[in-house]
Amino acid sequence: MSLRPKPEKRDPLARKVERHVPPGQRSRAAHALAARAATGRFVLQQCADCQAVTYPPRDVCPQCWGDLVWQDQPRGATLLAETTIRATTDLYFRQLLPWRIGTVALDAGPTAIAHLSPTLAVGARAEIRLMLDKGGNAALFALAAGETPDMTDTQWREFVVPVRGSTVLVTDAGHPVGRAVVEALKAAGAASIVAGIAPPATAPAIEGVRFVSLDLTDTRSVSECLTDIAGPLDIVVNTARFVRPGQGLLDQKRALDVGVLGLLRLTQGCGPMLRGRPSAAFVDVISATALAPDAAYPAFSAAEAARLSLLHSFRHEMRGANARVISLLVGAVDDADHQSVPLPKVAPARIGKGVVEALEQGLETHCIGDTATEAMQRWSADPALFIRENSL
Amino acid sequence: MTAPTQTLAALTSGIATNGITVVDLTNTLSPDFPVIVLPSEFGQCEPFRMETVSRYDGTGPAWYWNNISMNEHTGTHFDAPAHWITGKDVPNGTVDTLPPADFIHPAVVVDISAESAADEDFILTREFLEKWEARNGPIPPRHWVLLRTDWHKRVGTLSYLNLKDDGAHSPGPDAGAMRFLVHERDCVGLGVETVGTDAGQASHFEEPLPAHAILHGNGRYGLQCLTNIDQLPTFGAVIIATPLKIQGGSGSPLRVIALVPGG
Repeated sequence: MSLRPKPEKRDPLARKVERHVPPGQRSRAAHALAARAATGRFVLQQCADCQAVTYPPRDVCPQCWGDLVWQDQPRGATLLAETTIRATTDLYFRQLLPWRIGTVALDAGPTAIAHLSPTLAVGARAEIRLMLDKGGNAALFALAAGETPDMTDTQWREFVVPVRGSTVLVTDAGHPVGRAVVEALKAAGAASIVAGIAPPATAPAIEGVRFVSLDLTDTRSVSECLTDIAGPLDIVVNTARFVRPGQGLLDQKRALDVGVLGLLRLTQGCGPMLRGRPSAAFVDVISATALAPDAAYPAFSAAEAARLSLLHSFRHEMRGANARVISLLVGAVDDADHQSVPLPKVAPARIGKGVVEALEQGLETHCIGDTATEAMQRWSADPALFIRENSL
Repeated sequence: MTAPTQTLAALTSGIATNGITVVDLTNTLSPDFPVIVLPSEFGQCEPFRMETVSRYDGTGPAWYWNNISMNEHTGTHFDAPAHWITGKDVPNGTVDTLPPADFIHPAVVVDISAESAADEDFILTREFLEKWEARNGPIPPRHWVLLRTDWHKRVGTLSYLNLKDDGAHSPGPDAGAMRFLVHERDCVGLGVETVGTDAGQASHFEEPLPAHAILHGNGRYGLQCLTNIDQLPTFGAVIIATPLKIQGGSGSPLRVIALVPGG
């Protein structure tokens, strides 16, 4: 059974479309906003003295020169005016014209320029999403209040990675997490799913999913698997890891080989394939122990921390290539690897759902489940304290 | 000319003139060649891995070479006595200290391919061997005993390890057969096409893993993951098996060849 997606309609003689990214130069304060936008929060700076909310990001309060702190803000807004841009000197937007933007009065206070949903009319209530653009910078996107984003809207699609119609590769699909990701992507409408499974494990039968041999500890296996896909590849989801308690040297080596070197083998292989796709993403399912070690799983935690570091570098590498690198942070999974870990544990199906959420909501860091969410909050607030509380 | 000189000259000219055929009994060492899988509470055997250092490129413009890694018991490999607890005190029981004369021995081939095809868990017993001897003649002393199962034909498929819900399924000997071969026939060792000298289910035997326990406890050797045993005569082949000289090593991947009379 051939499951290759139908080829895109493209003139074979036409020059390949070169892809660009939006303007990249930003201030330190704008980077701080982007770091928060990566998690899907809507935060703006608020003055600690006069309480005024400010946008765009600044270094001091423009009203009173007071100190600014990041605060979650209400998402409501009203569209004041709109315009359609038909000419620009910017190479990125030039390919996407016409492009509609408008001025929104944020319920939080400031008036801001936002990218607009096609359904949003002047005077109407809007819901603001703080999105990352393809250059990795934060931008406001105004949806109509209560609107579910339209995944076919060309403007919205620039900020997210649509699953429908895509070709995806999922690693370690024999494990419950990998399998749940496969099921979730299938339900979300992926056109072609290639599921990697490491021999001698055998592939379960899932309608419409092509199972291939893929062992991330073997460079040749990774290369052969990617060769087997050959055609366009839009989304890669890496779920492979080696979870064992303790710090046996062989277990540590294996955890590094699967989790860290395996990730490296995969990114080096698939990076060039993702490069230049209209909408591409690499999703890594990573343990929250990457933030602060779980002393019961020292070897695994160390591997996950190394992996988080590698992901940042890969994100940097892919930034200019139009591909999003997503860290999906999870707590202990409700699987055989975490039998002795007390509840709460995150269900594999929840992780599968989280992968689709991160892609279609345009997230770069997504915490799945209470454990990972709390870990991220505590780590963001005070990393040194969190590490001590977690394992000392 | 002395007699040994003549013997060696006859050997080399026999090989050169195809009077003696060299048969390669070795499987290709590759990342996807299966390794033995133990229950998850035990440490696991690492498969063969290869990373290119350079291939006529920037990291080595005129040369090609690879870093390789593997377990001592990956691919076609040799088991030294020290591999098993029963052989831990056998003198010269590691691959670096084995007597070099043991690298070359004649072989006798016991064909159990039909039995193994009919029953994946076929157990070789003393009774079977005695009947075999009645038909073929006695197993001579100081020979490798090679079990022909035709299992090498399964290489490249999951049926080679043949893992099922209750573990691996492949043929092998029981304790009675091993005592007979070691104590009454003075075999050099046991050579098999499967991933271990013991049967897939041998850990559940009344005397578990008898091939490993009895062979190595008595200073005998094992050869696993062999191929092309079907090209050897029942009697008359000579096996050359020289494991790597790994300091304190329990075994080693190696190239195993057989010298076979006749072109």
